[in-house]
Amino acid sequence: MPKNKELILQVKDIHKSFGDKEVLKGISFEVHKGETKVIIGPSGMGKSTLLRCINQLTIPDKGTIWLRGQEVNHHNARQINQFRQKIGMVFQDFNLFDHLNAVSNVEIALIKVKGMKKQEARDKAMSELQKVGLVKQAFLYPAELSGGQKQRVSIARALAMDPEVMLFDEPTSALDPELIGEVLGVMQKLAQEGMTMVVVTHEMGFARSVADEIIFLERGRILESGPPEKLFYQPEYERTRKFLFKLTELYGDIKGYHKR
Amino acid sequence: MENLMVVYEALPFLLQGIITTLGLVLSALFLGFIIGVPLAIGQVFASSWIKKIIAIYVWFFRGLPILVLLFLFYYGLFTMIGLNLTAFMAAVLVLGLRSSAYQSQIFRGSIQSLGKGQLMAAYSLGMSKGKAIWNIILPQALRISIPGWSNEYPAMLTESAITYAIGVMEILTRGNFIASRTYLPMPIYLTCAIIFLLLSYSGMKLLHLLEEKVRMPGFEK
Repeated sequence: MPKNKELILQVKDIHKSFGDKEVLKGISFEVHKGETKVIIGPSGMGKSTLLRCINQLTIPDKGTIWLRGQEVNHHNARQINQFRQKIGMVFQDFNLFDHLNAVSNVEIALIKVKGMKKQEARDKAMSELQKVGLVKQAFLYPAELSGGQKQRVSIARALAMDPEVMLFDEPTSALDPELIGEVLGVMQKLAQEGMTMVVVTHEMGFARSVADEIIFLERGRILESGPPEKLFYQPEYERTRKFLFKLTELYGDIKGYHKR
Repeated sequence: MENLMVVYEALPFLLQGIITTLGLVLSALFLGFIIGVPLAIGQVFASSWIKKIIAIYVWFFRGLPILVLLFLFYYGLFTMIGLNLTAFMAAVLVLGLRSSAYQSQIFRGSIQSLGKGQLMAAYSLGMSKGKAIWNIILPQALRISIPGWSNEYPAMLTESAITYAIGVMEILTRGNFIASRTYLPMPIYLTCAIIFLLLSYSGMKLLHLLEEKVRMPGFEK
């Protein structure tokens, strides 16, 4: 892949255990500017934990994260907050702030964290909502939005911070099938516009056409990684082929996914 | 007829008690609120030894009869440390501290009912713990707390009459004064009771309006 491109994120030898269960057993990978990495693997095998380790929502037991060559140090709370501003995160259950309408959800961190003036933050928030196609819904509250709309607000909320990299933690898993497409559409557009992204998903159609690299995580290790063509057609391991086949069968190849 | 005349003559004196009672109740509720909220936050987010201290505080103030607390603080502690308080001030402090213990449990429940997701989202945007609690958790927890908190007002109102025991000039103290002078307990105490009922009704009405006003869209009952 584009080795000449700027290195954004380096993940090195991440270990994490919960009790006796070692969920991550030494994960390393790198993400360059504009790349989309898709992480796949069986449920409960640490994919979400890995994403949370990247922005230190979960503190890894061992291993290091670098963002643009700067080590993310979890001992310094202020520094972590700085890093997190540059690492956007989108959650499976949206996690919108229920007491704030859509535009306030997007602007609150701009005001409270970045110290932006209210009007400036409002303008920025509106333009982010425009990117995800939700200007009309700007003054609706989370409980008044559909799942797909909620997830698009949460994408806008993360984008408003102008992150270096976006992490997506199964962004479509909590959605009704007919709503998945609108979220994947937004993500695909982001990828095309050059956003650097790490995506945990089961959506094989998306992985196949948007990913620069697919990382197959199993039993806390990276079993195999490579461009989609390689993993889909010439995987090194039979296990990879079986898993991809199963996912494609379950979730469909291009279901709910618009080619634009 | 004679009864009515007595009540009529006693009324201004009794009504002055409303000011004392309401002053006491509102001050104590306010004190309970500004102490109760940090206690609740501490019980959810603080380190384990702070949690322990708060648990002991809550246990102490919920575990003792109000009368014991009043005597213990007004005649005991405040005198011992040379704090020269009026009966009213002492009552505000004691009822307020006691209320903070109860209120903290209401707010703690609300905070815990919010779940961790929104907190994670706030952190992921670079908010510090303090900012996340202040901007995301508290505004929601306080809204959710209103129905449960609404109990605190009538509870405090009815409990406030016990400060009669240390001579706070609230409604019952005044009623008692007149009843013992006129030997007409029934009409006087009945008047006191009606005043209490009216106060409790109007307070509940106001709280209900507040609940309606700050309700989050989509969270209608």
